[in-house]
Amino acid sequence: MPGLEDLYREIILDHYKNPRNEGTFPTPPAIKAEGHNPLCGDELTVYLILDGDVIKDIRITGQGCSISRSSASLMSVAVKGKTLAEVDRLLKIFKSMMSISTNANGDPEVVEPIEYSERELGELVALQGVVKFPVRIKCATLSWNTLVQALEQRVG
Amino acid sequence: MERMNTSTAIRKFNVSEIRKDFPIFAQHEGKALYFLDSAASSQKPLSVLKAMDDYYSTTHANVHRGVYHIAEHATELYEGARVKIGRFVGAPSPSRETIFTKNATESINLLSTSLTRKMLKRGDVVVLTEMEHHANLVPWLIAKDQFGIEIRYIRVNDQGYLILDDIDDLLKDAKVLSITLTSNVLGTLNPVAHLARLAHENGAIVIGDGAQYVPHIGTNVTELGLDFLAFTGHKMLGPTGIGVLWGKAELLDALPPFMGGGDMITDVKLDSFTPNELPWKFEAGTPPIAEAIGLGAAVDYLENLGMDQVRAHEVELLSYAFERLEASFGDDLIIHGPRNINDRGGVISFDFKDIHPHDISQILDQSGVCVRAGHHCAKPLMRHLGVTATARASFHIYNEPADVDALVDALAKAQAFFG
Repeated sequence: MPGLEDLYREIILDHYKNPRNEGTFPTPPAIKAEGHNPLCGDELTVYLILDGDVIKDIRITGQGCSISRSSASLMSVAVKGKTLAEVDRLLKIFKSMMSISTNANGDPEVVEPIEYSERELGELVALQGVVKFPVRIKCATLSWNTLVQALEQRVG
Repeated sequence: MERMNTSTAIRKFNVSEIRKDFPIFAQHEGKALYFLDSAASSQKPLSVLKAMDDYYSTTHANVHRGVYHIAEHATELYEGARVKIGRFVGAPSPSRETIFTKNATESINLLSTSLTRKMLKRGDVVVLTEMEHHANLVPWLIAKDQFGIEIRYIRVNDQGYLILDDIDDLLKDAKVLSITLTSNVLGTLNPVAHLARLAHENGAIVIGDGAQYVPHIGTNVTELGLDFLAFTGHKMLGPTGIGVLWGKAELLDALPPFMGGGDMITDVKLDSFTPNELPWKFEAGTPPIAEAIGLGAAVDYLENLGMDQVRAHEVELLSYAFERLEASFGDDLIIHGPRNINDRGGVISFDFKDIHPHDISQILDQSGVCVRAGHHCAKPLMRHLGVTATARASFHIYNEPADVDALVDALAKAQAFFG
């Protein structure tokens, strides 16, 4: 059985206890999306302020376990100031790290492994151990899925 | 299979002996398994597994159809299980009033569907409580959307009891009161007999959700004053895939069928059908035969222990758990629901500091302690409690003080970890 330290890395506990970019933005100008994990009741809302194709600012509110909250915090740091193309690349890397092998409909799908460096991942690497706890993968991906939904709110 | 004489052979209640009857604990010999999630689903004794295995190995054939000997024997076993299970909850006419379903959820859906097909009309009032499981909420919300019934709720106070100050207003002109006997979150044992009397005075029919009650407390539908009782097999040592609806024969007779198909008819023409008699009128298609037989064996097992002993054991464990949790964690651990042990069933839902239930349950799992974390299919109640989730430990006959000790030790680890 994998140990707790695989799951609860120090960075995760830090982001859980001191979440970054926590809060809301008025909409508009911000766009937002709400995400739920019906299994455990976790919920969060992602607010984005876009400047062209750059995520100029991001804030997140919600309730959830340490994995879902810290993943949201880590994500907010990782995507802030990034272009949408860079965010898309990060999303693919993150999903690859989580061994997510389902498509948007939830059907199984063979995913080509993505080549990436740890430097590209940055602090997100702290979530690597989650993959050893399959039931918690959904906790870690809730914020990313909600980010994708928020980006779909984009006009034009 | 050994036949047990349930009227005389009450067995001494000895947990370490009982545990030997449950193969899962032997499977985990040497590895820790502190199973505290029986409110979600209980473990199964060997006698239940063997009853089902014997049936498939020696007697399997469809019921109510063949005239050959194994088919007749299968029918005898299936109908025998029905009578046994009906008697277990005090059914006055167990062979007619005990209907097999898939689970308690289906039992309630059967009622909400059949009632809205005939007896309930737009604007009719159904009274529920705020502490219902989704199984006793969503079927009525569907009926509200589709048929325009009105739903009123009995609210819950801070101590986890139903607020009955305005009960006369709530029940006025109500057609149905559908209420859980034991809350699966708070553990509250509701004053069902009292509420049933009030509901009947108003002309309402009374449905009990016994999913968390029947497995733990001796049940008598007449003493409880119920018209219908829904419960499920897998929480009472039986298999999954089998539930029960008990109903008063005259009410079941008056209701139209739920699902249509084979076995639930006496005649079918191209433009009409005649429903079968009770109970088969409500059992369309090939039923869960092995599961019914397995549930019958589970009832034998429980009766052999005696439901009074089952309840006494649960109260003992609850007292011990309350004592240990309070002594170890004080105000850091908040138990939801009544403080009086005699007012509650064997579930303890709690908040522990600010640690999310999912994290609690993950850390507990490292010590082999199995608890449920989540909203327990009672989201309206969660909102009332101001939480999105709780952790829940729940007991059955095979639990012992060592399980509580393991829970306390593992919670101390969680506390140290999240500090």
